[in-house]
Amino acid sequence: MRRSLDAFVQLAAPALLVIAVGLVATTASASNEVYFLNALIAVAVVVSIYVFVGNSGVLSFGQISFVALGAFAAGVMTVPLESKQGVLTTIFPLLRDHTIGNVPSLLLAAALGGVFAFLVGLPLMRLSGLAAGIATFAVLEITHNVLREWTKIGPGATTLSLVPETTGPLQATLGALVVIAVAFAYQRSRLGRQLRASREDAAAAAGVGVRVHLQRLWAFTVSGALGGFAGGLLVHQLGSITTEQVYLELTFLTLAMLVVGGVTSLWGAVVGALAVSGLDSFLSQAENGVHPFGHRLDLPSGTRLVILSALMALVLILRPSGLTGGREFALPWLRRRA
Amino acid sequence: MLLATLDFQTLSDAVGLGAIYALMAVGIGLVFGVLRLVNFAYGQLVMAGAYTLAFTSTWPLWASIAACFVVVVALSLAMETVVFRPLRGQSPAVMLVTTFAVAFLLQAIALIIDLRDDTLGEVAASLTSLNEPVSIFGGEVRKITLVSIAVAAGALLLLALLLTRTTIGLHTRAAAGDFRTARLLGVRANRVIAFSVFLSGLLAAAVAVMMTVQLPLVTPDFALRDTIVVLVGVVVGGIDRLWTATLGGFTLGFASGLINGLLPTDKTVYLPSAVFALVILVLLLRPAGLFAWGGRTAPERV
Repeated sequence: MRRSLDAFVQLAAPALLVIAVGLVATTASASNEVYFLNALIAVAVVVSIYVFVGNSGVLSFGQISFVALGAFAAGVMTVPLESKQGVLTTIFPLLRDHTIGNVPSLLLAAALGGVFAFLVGLPLMRLSGLAAGIATFAVLEITHNVLREWTKIGPGATTLSLVPETTGPLQATLGALVVIAVAFAYQRSRLGRQLRASREDAAAAAGVGVRVHLQRLWAFTVSGALGGFAGGLLVHQLGSITTEQVYLELTFLTLAMLVVGGVTSLWGAVVGALAVSGLDSFLSQAENGVHPFGHRLDLPSGTRLVILSALMALVLILRPSGLTGGREFALPWLRRRA
Repeated sequence: MLLATLDFQTLSDAVGLGAIYALMAVGIGLVFGVLRLVNFAYGQLVMAGAYTLAFTSTWPLWASIAACFVVVVALSLAMETVVFRPLRGQSPAVMLVTTFAVAFLLQAIALIIDLRDDTLGEVAASLTSLNEPVSIFGGEVRKITLVSIAVAAGALLLLALLLTRTTIGLHTRAAAGDFRTARLLGVRANRVIAFSVFLSGLLAAAVAVMMTVQLPLVTPDFALRDTIVVLVGVVVGGIDRLWTATLGGFTLGFASGLINGLLPTDKTVYLPSAVFALVILVLLLRPAGLFAWGGRTAPERV
């Protein structure tokens, strides 16, 4: 009874937080709405990273590869047919002559992300530590390189535009909720528990029969599918995208969000994503408010980054286990252990 | 066909770049040895040095270079005190991500300083004369290549002597081998860490001086890409030991120099993919590092 109540609270808290952000987004003015959508999509991306990095304890710099693949797959496949033949002239005829709807494109993005992650994970999941970090980073580099140069599958180095902007408050909220629900279901499943055991002590987990590499592969695949899905949400919010937007900067920023929130819990991933993107939005708002006639617009745009990165560093130095301490949300009077 | 276009200049440039990357690899490897911390913000130390050179380019050359060393070493030591010290003993992920944040912070500050004159980028041109070629062994070599190789060789030799022939060097090597045991035997943690960070700052300053010769336009992301490549090289070579890390850094620098010199840009579009696929292959076959032969047992000890 109490255990299921705990579980309910652990899922309800991040879900309610996301719904609250989504509700505020619907009341915000058109110019402010974008900040809330950014935050919700950040939640989806960070939770997708958490599914692998948080549960396995293996650092990966490659998760944005799946976001990138999902974003470009969903984007290319939803550009309206009549403009597609004019804009994307170089792509395969099969991709050029077909267009799918919003929801199928998100499912396609998730499927491609999952398959890609599975294939990449097959050899890579044997690695751990820094070797895993660098190898997954290599995956990001290869994905970026291919997306940027291979003009038969996408726009290459130019901007992909004319993607229907279907990610409004409703789709962003629902999307983030789907990602959270899948992540939660995974981490409470038999597979997720085995992987979390291997995170705490790989040798002991292997000793009691956990196939560590296989469990890591499942998590990597789930994480890839969620990442692809999040990429689909992202491209439908932006409407146009370049390969640079789903590359190094996003990788570092989302990893920082995860670590700032607390790597080892779903609650931490959600809180980290919302806190950092919320702060970022607040600072860019404050800049506009403080410097309404600023003729040197570059100066304020710099201070936002200074404050943001200084605060991130400060959180990590003062609270290395993250804002949530890496624990799931629990109501104080339900906490079994203090 | 490849060999036909391989001329002496390309080869020497590649060795020169390899030498610079080797120095960065030593700087990263030294700190990793004692702190188990991968310092992503190392490139920002180089960037700070490059900006110092740019802002002091009206000064006499020796004063400008001295200023660069002072700023970089001071920044390096400050980073140790403010950031690395509170993080000691934390998980590698937390330490690495914190150095991301520090790297972004330094870049953001550099951007503000840079944009005071409303243009992006400052020019550090006091040493560009070193780009002139000289004749040697019947081929043309740029002076900076010779300088880079000489500085790298000299620095590595000095470092080797320092680490093997002095007490503090012995302490540092002991701490890199097993920090806790070394402390129990009387090695003072703060001293060896400060020593390593100091040396790694000196190396970053030297790298800044040499890099600005070839890339005089200094921007906030100066040396960022190089740091990433060096980090890859360090891990591919084997981060657990200084010499394997150095060799890894050199290899990647040499390879990038060679590739950039040999192939025209329109043929190199998928080259990064090929290189990183090779990196993955090496890591799968030799997770402890390409040059790490024997010695290490299983990565997870119980």
